Amino acid sequence: MIQSPETEYIIQFRDVTKIYPLPAGDVVALDSINLEILPGEFIAIMGPSGSGKSTLLNLMGCLDTPTSGDLFIKGRNAGSMNDEELTALRRDHIGFIFQQFNLLPLLSALENVQYPLILKRGTKECEERCLHVLNAMELDETLYTHKPSELSGGQQQRVAIARALVNDPEILLADEPTGNLDTKTGTAIMELLLDLNRSRNETIIMVTHDPAVARYAHRIITIVDGRIT
Amino acid sequence: MTKSFFFEFAKRNVRLHWLRSLLAVLGIVIGVVAIASMGILGNSLVLAISDSLSSVGDSVIVTPHTGGGVMGGSTGDYISDRDLEQIRRAVAPDITIPVYSGGSRMKVGSEDTAGSIYGLDPDDIAVLLEIREGSYLRGASSAMAGARFAEENNIKVGTRITVGDKGSLRVVGILEERGMGFDINPDYGIVVEDRWFEAAYDQDGYDMVIVKVRDLNTIEDVKNAIDKQLNRRETVVDVIDTKAILETILTTFGQISTFTTAIGGISLIVAGVSILNIMMMSVTERIKEIGVLRSIGTQKKEVRSIFLYEALILGLIGGIIGGVLSFVGGYAISIVMLETTKFLFYPSSLVYILYGVTFGVVTSLLSGLYPAWKASNLNPIEA
Ligand SMILES: Nc1ncnc2c1ncn2[C@@H]1O[C@H](COP(=O)(O)OP(=O)(O)O)[C@@H](O)[C@H]1O
Ligand SMILES: [Mg+2]
Repeated sequence: MIQSPETEYIIQFRDVTKIYPLPAGDVVALDSINLEILPGEFIAIMGPSGSGKSTLLNLMGCLDTPTSGDLFIKGRNAGSMNDEELTALRRDHIGFIFQQFNLLPLLSALENVQYPLILKRGTKECEERCLHVLNAMELDETLYTHKPSELSGGQQQRVAIARALVNDPEILLADEPTGNLDTKTGTAIMELLLDLNRSRNETIIMVTHDPAVARYAHRIITIVDGRIT
Repeated sequence: MTKSFFFEFAKRNVRLHWLRSLLAVLGIVIGVVAIASMGILGNSLVLAISDSLSSVGDSVIVTPHTGGGVMGGSTGDYISDRDLEQIRRAVAPDITIPVYSGGSRMKVGSEDTAGSIYGLDPDDIAVLLEIREGSYLRGASSAMAGARFAEENNIKVGTRITVGDKGSLRVVGILEERGMGFDINPDYGIVVEDRWFEAAYDQDGYDMVIVKVRDLNTIEDVKNAIDKQLNRRETVVDVIDTKAILETILTTFGQISTFTTAIGGISLIVAGVSILNIMMMSVTERIKEIGVLRSIGTQKKEVRSIFLYEALILGLIGGIIGGVLSFVGGYAISIVMLETTKFLFYPSSLVYILYGVTFGVVTSLLSGLYPAWKASNLNPIEA
């Protein structure tokens, strides 16, 4: 495996291009991206719709691999890893927060948080850790046994953040985490993320449309037509 | 622990879509019942037949050559005393039993009836026939009545029977029912002493000679020995080996039952297709959920196991219900068609329930393979 020469970066893009081949012609979603992210950074990615924000985030999250160029996550070259390794990397080092919350509908709030831990450790002895993480999300304890469909958007997003954090990932990726929430709830969620970044030195990369949300970040990356401007 | 979590996952999905699951289970149940009950029925039939035939499966039967007829009858040709002696010598030490047979109108009391008449040496009777009531023949004017014949004509020990114009006989014994056979069939007639038969009908030979073979492995040799001895120049007698006939019949029934069981298998294939269909629906509906599972670190093989567990649950439920129902069904069919359930409890019958259940579970798992594979290869970005 090719090691990144500058291993202090937690994420490093070197000339990364992502092309979606479509019958109507190739779509260049990302065009020669060069980007370095240090541990503990809080980054907002902004740009018009269709500019490649989600694609960039998906590459960071090892949900997809570059068409060309090198992408290093924690010093490891994502392009040379197989699906099983990428999946394990997601499970152990990356937390995802989605605009649609994406909790597992068959599981209760608490079970949703337990799930990644069970995946990682192969054991259910995690109640304590899960409760601890959930408690930090300031969610009413009576809701822990509720199914996602019985929770409000803000409550679901709190559970989703707890789920993303339960395996102590170094990287937290959020695609429009406040996109489906009202301003007040959105602000509360952003305060939570900010606190995570400050108190745990969590690296957070967040896609957003909203300049008010983007202000929470240390650095704003703007992307237009697949290029960082 | 992770495994049981995936199992729990599958269980909840089965329960959430209970109607759909119910239909899938129903398909499996029908398939399992079809296989198992067909198998049980076929096997019970084979058992029932061999049960009623096996008592005569140890004989070689010699009849006058008629170019066809097996059951003898008065064709005008008989087996002479000289032929009988030759048979005796050829098969010694196996027992040779010469048989007279015929039929006649009879009168029981004032009632008219008809039945077959067998003339046997009193010493041979115990070898062939079992008695239910009364005793074996005592004297030339005594007779034994077949079980059905006695029942239909209300014959008891002591009843008098007049045989056509040949005279009157007193019944001293009622025979045990013998069932279908290749040699003699006294259920619907009477058995008398050979002396009485000779006196009454004045035949110049026997209608049939039965050779009881002690060692079943030699039955073929016995048959050949008789054939060689008597049919050297021209075919004088027909020789049949009941074991071979029995085996042919049993094999035929076995094949029929295999065939009907296979037809039952087709319904299981239909059930499999419906499970495939239902699970493909489930995969399509859950594309997003599967994407989430994958993006938060669920391996492909773990996603596969969730869907395979789902198929397994459906198969097991269907298999178990089907197994119970096939036992009940087998019981009902046995009563209706065979009038007894004793053959149901033979391991060779019950094993078909096991086959049915196994095929049911395997079919569900096979049907779950493709959907599971499909699910595990979905793109996590779909989330
Ligand atoms: N799976 C895909 N297949 C084909 N084209 C895609 C796919 N995902 C994204 N694209 C295209 O790539 C470009 C960037 O998309 P995306 O990263 O989702 O933009 P954003 O999140 O900024 O709205 C768009 O033109 C989009 O149509
Ligand atoms: Mg997007």
